[in-house]
Amino acid sequence: MDLNLALLLALLAAALWTVMTRSLLRSAIFLALTSIILTVLMFRLNSPLAAVFELSVCAGLISVLFVSTISLAEPQSQKDVIQHMKERMARFWFLPVLLIVLAVVLCLKTVRPAVHLPTPENAQDVRIVLWQLRPVDILGQIIILLTGAFGVVIFFKEKVKK
Amino acid sequence: MNMDVMQLFWITGLFVLLLGVVGAYCVLMTRNLVRALIGLEILVKAVTLLLVVAGYVSGHEALAQSLVITLIVIEVVVMTVAVGVVFGIRGNTGSLDTRHIRNLKG
Repeated sequence: MDLNLALLLALLAAALWTVMTRSLLRSAIFLALTSIILTVLMFRLNSPLAAVFELSVCAGLISVLFVSTISLAEPQSQKDVIQHMKERMARFWFLPVLLIVLAVVLCLKTVRPAVHLPTPENAQDVRIVLWQLRPVDILGQIIILLTGAFGVVIFFKEKVKK
Repeated sequence: MNMDVMQLFWITGLFVLLLGVVGAYCVLMTRNLVRALIGLEILVKAVTLLLVVAGYVSGHEALAQSLVITLIVIEVVVMTVAVGVVFGIRGNTGSLDTRHIRNLKG
């Protein structure tokens, strides 16, 4: 329980740092760190297969996507950087304060509605659930993957010169 | 129901809410398109954590994992297409700043 709480705190801190840091590259790296901490939490909460997906896809592939996009951004001059930093601080200083206030209010106001939990399922294997009980999900995933693939092809299609 | 498990559920629920606030704040307040996508990613991570802890508490871990895998696949596709859109906007305006796309047609 204590380790889970420490991991949750680390997850929130990493997410907050991802948003607050000025550098986009650091932001992408801290997003990957957030994914890694979430992966450890998922392992601890008996979801190893989903954790592997989270680690390989979210911490790996999406980080690469972000870093490659960031590499397109043009570098700013020192004056612009200072101006941008001041503007960002003016917009983002409120976020940690908001989080602390919200956390304190929610901890003090213990509203906990009754949760009616269903009986545990018979199928405990994710493969049986995914392939036998929810095959429509697989079909949906395939359609979405194809849509994404065609979308990217259309976006990067070079215009024909007349 | 074990009290420790329910306590874990409520504590995780609190952190899910705070993560959601961080992501939503980033999406709403940023002026950089890449940072808006990063905020969206943080929102998705909050939902992932909620699904996993709900599966752990209810004993439906296999179902929760299958939903998380579906969520991750959709997340990747959304991010890839969104990065394609960002590339396109950067090609048109030469910038990743949201203030430069206010005069788009449509």
